[in-house]
Amino acid sequence: MGKRRAVVDQKLCVACGCCVKICPVQAISVWKGLFAVVGDKCVGCGKCAKECPASVIALEVREQ
Amino acid sequence: MKQKHWYDYLWIASAAYLILGFFNILFAWLGLLCFFIPLLLAIGGKDKLYCNRFCGRGQLFALLGGRFGLSRKKDVPQFLKTKAFRYGFLIFFFVMFFQMLWNTYLVFSGVQDLRQAVTLLWTFRLPWQWAYRVETVPLWVSQFAFGFYSVMLTSTVLGIFTMALFKPRSWCVYCPMGTMTQLICQAKHREK
Repeated sequence: MGKRRAVVDQKLCVACGCCVKICPVQAISVWKGLFAVVGDKCVGCGKCAKECPASVIALEVREQ
Repeated sequence: MKQKHWYDYLWIASAAYLILGFFNILFAWLGLLCFFIPLLLAIGGKDKLYCNRFCGRGQLFALLGGRFGLSRKKDVPQFLKTKAFRYGFLIFFFVMFFQMLWNTYLVFSGVQDLRQAVTLLWTFRLPWQWAYRVETVPLWVSQFAFGFYSVMLTSTVLGIFTMALFKPRSWCVYCPMGTMTQLICQAKHREK
């Protein structure tokens, strides 16, 4: 089984930064004011997906 | 717990701004800070730092919708996040903004009398005479204040409406300032 990880739909992301504020491990950041990017630290908790006002973050299973 | 910073309390400034407008309309001028700071930060290389860190309105919605539970926390409808809607809303907001500037000009040039009213949602004219207290400033200064406060109150009401129906900060999805700063960032960081 793989681990879960947040994936951002960058085309629809509004770069508001709500996900950055909620992330417990500082794994997500807003890249150049364009969209959010998820780093390797992501533990797949799903807090950002819940918080995202545009609901453009999904959790995907990543194969190890 | 993450450490709180001074800028995590800017929602107090946002709430205070709305309240002050009920007492003296001239406080509305302070709202220009919410227009110029995001733009200057975006142009000055700080990208969307305003949205990401300083936006008091976003914090206020997060607080009311999140902690106070005044939000259904449902997904926003699909059309709300399309570029067409976001850009359309930005243009609509611009048109309303310039109409407000035009009214200010008409009062400045003496063609039109000062209207002591706040127009909500571009339609409903609310009498607001009680907040007109300083009569020593030029009339156009007060007219701008009434007009600008109308813009701020209208966008707050819209934001509270979508906060209640959808996610707490759903205003951020179609916020004209956010759309504008994102456009600035796109123009600056376009793939070379």
